[in-house]
Amino acid sequence: MNGMKWTRRGDVHIVRLIALAVLWLAFMAIFKFGKFFTAISFQTMGEQFPEFGLMALGVMLCMITGGIDLSVVGVANFAAITAGLLLKALAAEGDLPGYGIPLAILAGIAIGAAAGAFNGLLVSKIKIPPILATLGSYELFNGIAIVLTKGKAVSKIPMAYSDLVAGKIFGALPVQLVIFVVVAAFVGFLLSRTTYGPKLYMLGTSERAARFSGLKNDRLLIKTYTLSGICAALGGLVMLANYNSARAEYGAVYTLQCVLIVVLGGVSPTGGKGKLSGVLLAILVLQILSSGLNRFPEINSFFIPLIWGGVLLMVMVLDYFTEKGQRA
Amino acid sequence: MVKKLSRRNETYITLVALALCAVIQIRSGQFFTPNNLVDLASALIVPGLFAIGAFMVIISGGIDVSFPALASLSVYATTKFLLNINYQGGILVPILIALALGAILGAVNGFLISWFSLPALIVTLGTASVFKGVMQGALNSTQLAVIPPGMDAFGKSALFVAQNAESGLTSRMPVAALFLIATLLLAYLVLRYTMYGRGLYAIGGNEISAYRAGFSVKWIKFLLYVAVGMIASLAGLVRVCMMGQCHPTNMLGMEMMIIAGVVLGGTAITGGAGSLTGCMLGTILIVIVQNSMILLGIPTFWQGFAVGLLIIIGTGVSAMQVSRAGAHRAAKGAPQVSRTAKGVPQ
Repeated sequence: MNGMKWTRRGDVHIVRLIALAVLWLAFMAIFKFGKFFTAISFQTMGEQFPEFGLMALGVMLCMITGGIDLSVVGVANFAAITAGLLLKALAAEGDLPGYGIPLAILAGIAIGAAAGAFNGLLVSKIKIPPILATLGSYELFNGIAIVLTKGKAVSKIPMAYSDLVAGKIFGALPVQLVIFVVVAAFVGFLLSRTTYGPKLYMLGTSERAARFSGLKNDRLLIKTYTLSGICAALGGLVMLANYNSARAEYGAVYTLQCVLIVVLGGVSPTGGKGKLSGVLLAILVLQILSSGLNRFPEINSFFIPLIWGGVLLMVMVLDYFTEKGQRA
Repeated sequence: MVKKLSRRNETYITLVALALCAVIQIRSGQFFTPNNLVDLASALIVPGLFAIGAFMVIISGGIDVSFPALASLSVYATTKFLLNINYQGGILVPILIALALGAILGAVNGFLISWFSLPALIVTLGTASVFKGVMQGALNSTQLAVIPPGMDAFGKSALFVAQNAESGLTSRMPVAALFLIATLLLAYLVLRYTMYGRGLYAIGGNEISAYRAGFSVKWIKFLLYVAVGMIASLAGLVRVCMMGQCHPTNMLGMEMMIIAGVVLGGTAITGGAGSLTGCMLGTILIVIVQNSMILLGIPTFWQGFAVGLLIIIGTGVSAMQVSRAGAHRAAKGAPQVSRTAKGVPQ
């Protein structure tokens, strides 16, 4: 019965997203066909959305547990800066050694995992509400990133890194997109083919019921926030490749955007509900929306936070009415 | 028992603040000088006002991260409008306009949070973004180097002036300090002696119980966000007057520092417990940390790190007290109250 309910609810979200995407694509087809429907335009989208898409996957996992991870952008920048500084240091004496890039990527991922585990500890062991824990750790990671760089950008990173991560497979397929697909497939595998998924939904539905049925809630939370940290770090590494530099201020709008994606994709902020497919669709819809908006130079870019915030609030109010309709 | 805990927390925070003052005094010899103390007090006005608003929201079990954006928008709109009509009068009209705008913007938050029972964090993240978008997109905000003369005069007027005997530096105590004192007094009276104030604590303790006890949860929450919008607008206006110019975006991002101060002062992050005294003490601690890094010779880029650390320690201590109090209550056999009341039954 309960299972039925959230499938139906998920479907409402997916239908709504598909309708939005179709409407927007039709709108773009009418007004900016030549500029929007080109291979290059879609290729660019495939390079851009993995940045926040990867972060959103982590936020989704945390929100299914009834928590949230607002530190993703801080983790991403922290990881990107660490990797960037490491690459520069390795390349300081001439050429970048062969192990340089894998080492930098591993270091970034390790930073992400450590930062995520730290969040998980704060949430599970010290029992700080996830909102405050991750807002606080965002300040902390961002602070560390500023201290590491003295507030400046890390630039002049060896081009080999960018060539690899921001490259194209067969000259067409962006590597960033491949990274995203692999991570999304892995998350999908965890959620649907392992016991991790059901446990996560159970914890999100009722923390107490999960505890009484013998789940190790603390370990599950730490694992989830660690995963979120790793996803965020990968997002940061993609950003490092895309901009070929790293800075503590990069991606500041992504925090809200990730929350927006996850809520838009049908994950309930109170936990226990939501599907990967909805979130993936929401990521794509948001990317075509923002790419489309970019084709209208007359729209001031300052309107974008207004649009994102407005859409987020509207979706939440719509959700309220759909849920109310179902309850009646 | 909650009272005892919070009292302990306040003594503890006072001790930390005093220890910090002593360290700064020893390292720089400049802390306990009249002008530094007056500088600190005047730096406290704006965060103090914000903190009162954030405190009331946290007491009710909610959270508001939109107040800096709300204040920026309403103050920018007020200043811009007054400049456009070439307003020459006193401070009263700007205050009234800012309060009215703050009430309207706060009502947006309150409406979404109380009528649709949506999570306060996500709503305020959304409205913060909308307020920012309206200010920068629709109003096309730019830095206003000149503000109406009435506001400027108010910002520069002083209650008294303190002078450092050694260096000869002087510092003014702005008249705006009276606003902080008045708001503090009002909030104290409301929280302590009115049914409304008790209702805020009751909702924060347990929303469902408060509802069954006969509190009109929706109205209490709605009016709370309206009031917080007004307080935030007032704080923003005071800040613009004191700076003598309107920089639309430089208040954004203050929310975490303010929330950190409130929580450091022993306010339960889950709502229902906390005192205004603690809230002000926590804010003072944060202001001292921020303002004294220069005196200690620490580069300012450490500030984010220090604030983040303070937030985590502050919320951590508070969270551990809440769970210890919960465990204590459970051990005594009293019914355990769910900390995650998700909404009032329809």
